[in-house]
Amino acid sequence: MTFTRLLTGAALALGMATTAIAEDKTKVGFIYVGPIGDGGYTYEHNQGRLAVEEHFGDKVETVYQESVPEGADAERAITQMALQGADLIFTTSFGFMDATVNTAKKFPKVKFEHATGYKRADNLSTYSARFYEGRSVLGVIAGHMTKTNKIGYIGSYPIPEVIRGINAAYIEAKKVNPDVEFNIIWAYTWFDPAKEADAATALIEQGNDVILQHTDSTAPSAAAKAKGDVITFGQASDMAEYKPEPRVSSIIDNWGPYYIERVQAVMDGTWESTDTWAGIDDGMVVIGEITGPVPDDVKQEALAMRDAIASGEYHPFTGPLNKQDGSEWLKEGETADDATLLGMNFYVEGIKGDIPQ
Amino acid sequence: MDLSSINPILLLASLMVAATPILLAALGELVSERAGVLNLGVEGMMITGAICGFAIAVETGSPVVGFAAAAAGGALLSLLFALLTQLALANQVASGLALTLFGLGLSALLGQSYVGIRPPATAKLDIPLLGDIPVLGPVLFSHDWMVYFGLALTLAVWAALKYSRAGLILRAVGENHDAAHALGYNVVGVRILAILFGGACAGLGGAYLSLVRVPQWTEGMTAGAGWIALALVVFASWKAGRVLLGAYLFGGVTVLQLNLQAAGVDIPVEYLSMSPYLITILVLVILSADRSRAPGSLGRIFHASR
Repeated sequence: MTFTRLLTGAALALGMATTAIAEDKTKVGFIYVGPIGDGGYTYEHNQGRLAVEEHFGDKVETVYQESVPEGADAERAITQMALQGADLIFTTSFGFMDATVNTAKKFPKVKFEHATGYKRADNLSTYSARFYEGRSVLGVIAGHMTKTNKIGYIGSYPIPEVIRGINAAYIEAKKVNPDVEFNIIWAYTWFDPAKEADAATALIEQGNDVILQHTDSTAPSAAAKAKGDVITFGQASDMAEYKPEPRVSSIIDNWGPYYIERVQAVMDGTWESTDTWAGIDDGMVVIGEITGPVPDDVKQEALAMRDAIASGEYHPFTGPLNKQDGSEWLKEGETADDATLLGMNFYVEGIKGDIPQ
Repeated sequence: MDLSSINPILLLASLMVAATPILLAALGELVSERAGVLNLGVEGMMITGAICGFAIAVETGSPVVGFAAAAAGGALLSLLFALLTQLALANQVASGLALTLFGLGLSALLGQSYVGIRPPATAKLDIPLLGDIPVLGPVLFSHDWMVYFGLALTLAVWAALKYSRAGLILRAVGENHDAAHALGYNVVGVRILAILFGGACAGLGGAYLSLVRVPQWTEGMTAGAGWIALALVVFASWKAGRVLLGAYLFGGVTVLQLNLQAAGVDIPVEYLSMSPYLITILVLVILSADRSRAPGSLGRIFHASR
């Protein structure tokens, strides 16, 4: 008993000592769902972390933990980071939501930021990017480029963010190519290169010649390259190593500016709980260079779409649009509100198959 | 639903590719468990093999040299486990888990400069006449040589364990190490060799992922395949033939469920996703109703003075 107390005391003292030393430094923590070398989603978050380090130099200290599973263990990882004296913690995957909420309750003085979630508190912000804007641009290219009129889509989990992406891409692909058909595989993982490659192979063998993905690794591009005559798109990161083909364009998540802004707010003491959902116009979503076999007119059309979305001239979900069951969703000229988009759990008319519930 | 879009020939062909990594890793673990060593480090050895094989194949341009390096890398990592558990008499479960964590970290470090590179293609065995047989040709005779290596290894492991003197000694060490010791066999020596064999096989399985199945290097790319191989050995009742069956079943159902999803079959995706695990376990559990059991000394520490 005494011994444990002694240990606890020592640990506390040690903890205080480290906080005291690090007082002038702002400590920023990051919790990643995959490895930083995934070449996709986590890689880009880590680029954001590096941007913070570069911008603030000696004034910040960053720590991160990679490949944290979405589940009970996430709370342990976040708690540990808070105990280590982090002032601001970014938890970068949807599945960390409840773990972040619970940890935020336990550490009211620590600031938390959860990516792509919707639960907030006084010390818990949420932030996300309007990836679906990028999906619309890719949809234009996909619709034009498919020769078999079959487009394969590798989804991770059936959550609103992924469903939104499928809908956005389908709407634009259908506009430029009325015969287009989407075949969707749910991988039930964010990161498993072997499974992603298998899913891409299955889609290609069934005649899909354009593959879109909402999983984090570059494996589908590798599989497409091995098969040949198939185009893919970079997801979350540029995936430039597969330029000029099979990867013909990409959606890049650009987190750096946001992370720098939020760390600055903590330093200035102006940090408040906010809800950020930024898109192409804020530079959080970037369309990667359009390369390879994409003809110039398609490229120009895609870029025009990008610019129209950025300027606010065009909204990716503009009526008339029906839901999958044929019921009316948006009237002519009406645009979707953010609440519907955030909770989106239906396909638009024309997509086949059911969303796993 | 459009089942006609699934090409059964391509499906069967990709089944063999999907099964090979876990088959190789499970065979290695089978041999080491039959010698009485429970090595939970399969995942770590696999991923170390994946990066060793990938790096060497890229540097030399030869996949064959790459696979050899993968086997060497896996074996080298398992040597660490052998030293800890056989000479320092450390706990096998803890050492194995540590090996997995170490392997994941080491591979990430080694792989820093290999992200996004394309490996040289592994040669396909083009057997002139057999490959032209309709249906059977593309399914059975159009693969890369590692697929056949996996099959040959299954046969070799089965035969060696069952008929050879070395296999008998290995099983004796695994069943009752004290008795084997009393008979004058070098228990520790046999076990170290078995562990090295297990490491080499796991390394080959990992390299098959990074060189053929995906093919690229990504951190953490084994994503649990090593654990599946471990479970497979248990459910296959430590028998080489059943490991082959289990691996092919698992690989087959995995590929099939993805194909069914892509074809838009009207089965809830959740059931499809869990089907590889369920079906494999079910079949192997039914098969193991013949009272086969684990090797008697599995996981126990041997010390000659006791």
